[in-house]
Amino acid sequence: MVMSDKTTILLADDDVDYLFQMKLHLQQSGYKVITAESQREAEELLQSVQPDLAIFDLMMETEDSGFILCYKTRRKYPEVPIIIATAVASETGVSFGLNTEEEQRWIKADLYLEKGIRKEQMLTEIKKLLKA
Amino acid sequence: MLVVDDEPGICSGVKRILERFTVSYPFMDEDRGFDVYESYTGEEAIGFIQQSPPDIVLLDNKLPGIQGTEVLDYINKNNRDIIVMIITSYASLELAVKATNQGAYDFIPKPFTPQELKSSMENVTKNIFLRSMTKKLNKEGKEVRFQFLSVLSHELKSPLNAVEGYLQIMQERQAGNNLSDYDQVIDRSLQRIKGMRTLIMDLLDLTRIQSDEKDKQYKQVNLKEVAQGAIESINPYAIQKDVTVELHMDKEVEVYGDPNDMEIVMNNLVSNAVKYNYHGGGVDINIDGDMQGVHIQVRDTGIGMKKEDTARLFKEFVRIKNDQTKNITGSGLGLSIVKKVIDLYDGHIDVESEPEKGSTFTVFLPITKYKSETTTS
Repeated sequence: MVMSDKTTILLADDDVDYLFQMKLHLQQSGYKVITAESQREAEELLQSVQPDLAIFDLMMETEDSGFILCYKTRRKYPEVPIIIATAVASETGVSFGLNTEEEQRWIKADLYLEKGIRKEQMLTEIKKLLKA
Repeated sequence: MLVVDDEPGICSGVKRILERFTVSYPFMDEDRGFDVYESYTGEEAIGFIQQSPPDIVLLDNKLPGIQGTEVLDYINKNNRDIIVMIITSYASLELAVKATNQGAYDFIPKPFTPQELKSSMENVTKNIFLRSMTKKLNKEGKEVRFQFLSVLSHELKSPLNAVEGYLQIMQERQAGNNLSDYDQVIDRSLQRIKGMRTLIMDLLDLTRIQSDEKDKQYKQVNLKEVAQGAIESINPYAIQKDVTVELHMDKEVEVYGDPNDMEIVMNNLVSNAVKYNYHGGGVDINIDGDMQGVHIQVRDTGIGMKKEDTARLFKEFVRIKNDQTKNITGSGLGLSIVKKVIDLYDGHIDVESEPEKGSTFTVFLPITKYKSETTTS
């Protein structure tokens, strides 16, 4: 598939290794990727760029950086699908997601993923969200 | 406490003696008194234990219905926490020995004097107190350990994940067939492996300081040599960052301790002062001793930190995350180890810090406790 105008994904994560690897992977799948290593960097990028999709880590500068980014993105670009990708369950044992109505109300994301998922699965999820 | 005896005289006697008696030990927060209840038969006693298990059962072996040993059996099966004392006559000493083998804590030969009863109650109380403390400590220890292990496994897994991802990139030639295009991938892999090695070394330090006293080799340690050693090992990195490290000592200072422990403290403080410094910055180490003990101060002109960060600094796996620290590798264990070592010596460590100005770590190690040990040995 040739994309003349590439789909842009904003990827925010403070784990530079994850950021690098996911960026490369998404680029190879034909996406244009812009990256941010912190909530602050992501907010700055969002001032000037409207991505087609955003993937946020949860815990960056603060424990809820990802949630804050969700809110801010949704306010500025209500149409942009958002994925929260986090290792929080394996790190803290706290597990939540978008399973209940209440969670869906306060977590302004379209999809909530545990970081351990395979890269192919991530691509499938991204495609689903972009089509919707 | 429950007294089980078919002789009312014994029951009321015990009650009278113990109701005005309290046990006190310096290690217990408060004195312990006794509430004494009475049962005249074994059946009655079991009923009482089912209702409200006491801490102690004072049990006569010869009872009208079921025997004392049967009550003991019941307690062993159902209320193992209860301490059982057997009351017995000298004639049946053999039986008493058998009872202790069956799980009775001790026995009191009959007839006993008030003083004999009191001193065995002192013993039992001490035992109950120590047992509850051990239980509490074990529980807390287990929880702390569990928390530590879950964070540790995350810290060990994350570099593995990163390196695995990089190797996959290379395996699939995701950046093409030109090896030089993989430089960053290889650099990062090596860095993460190095970080993992540091973590493992720190863990070894941690087990070493938590090891038994007998593994320690206490002697007079020359702190100048320790400081010079620390400077030497960080020197290559200091040169790379153009950080000047200076040692200031007006006189020779020795401390009585394990050389390994002293190296752990000094190495961590000095290497942190270089790691979290600016390019071209400085580190000053001041060591001084007086009648009270040894003062070590490591001052740097580095990135410093906020006040709320200094409060968490000595906890395990705490690393201050911000733009300035994101490229500095560390296990998050160094300062927690330093703190543990200093605690072992009844010393203390303080930190003063100002963002973008630098940090000063001050260590005090008291000298008296260990001095006296040297003179006696």
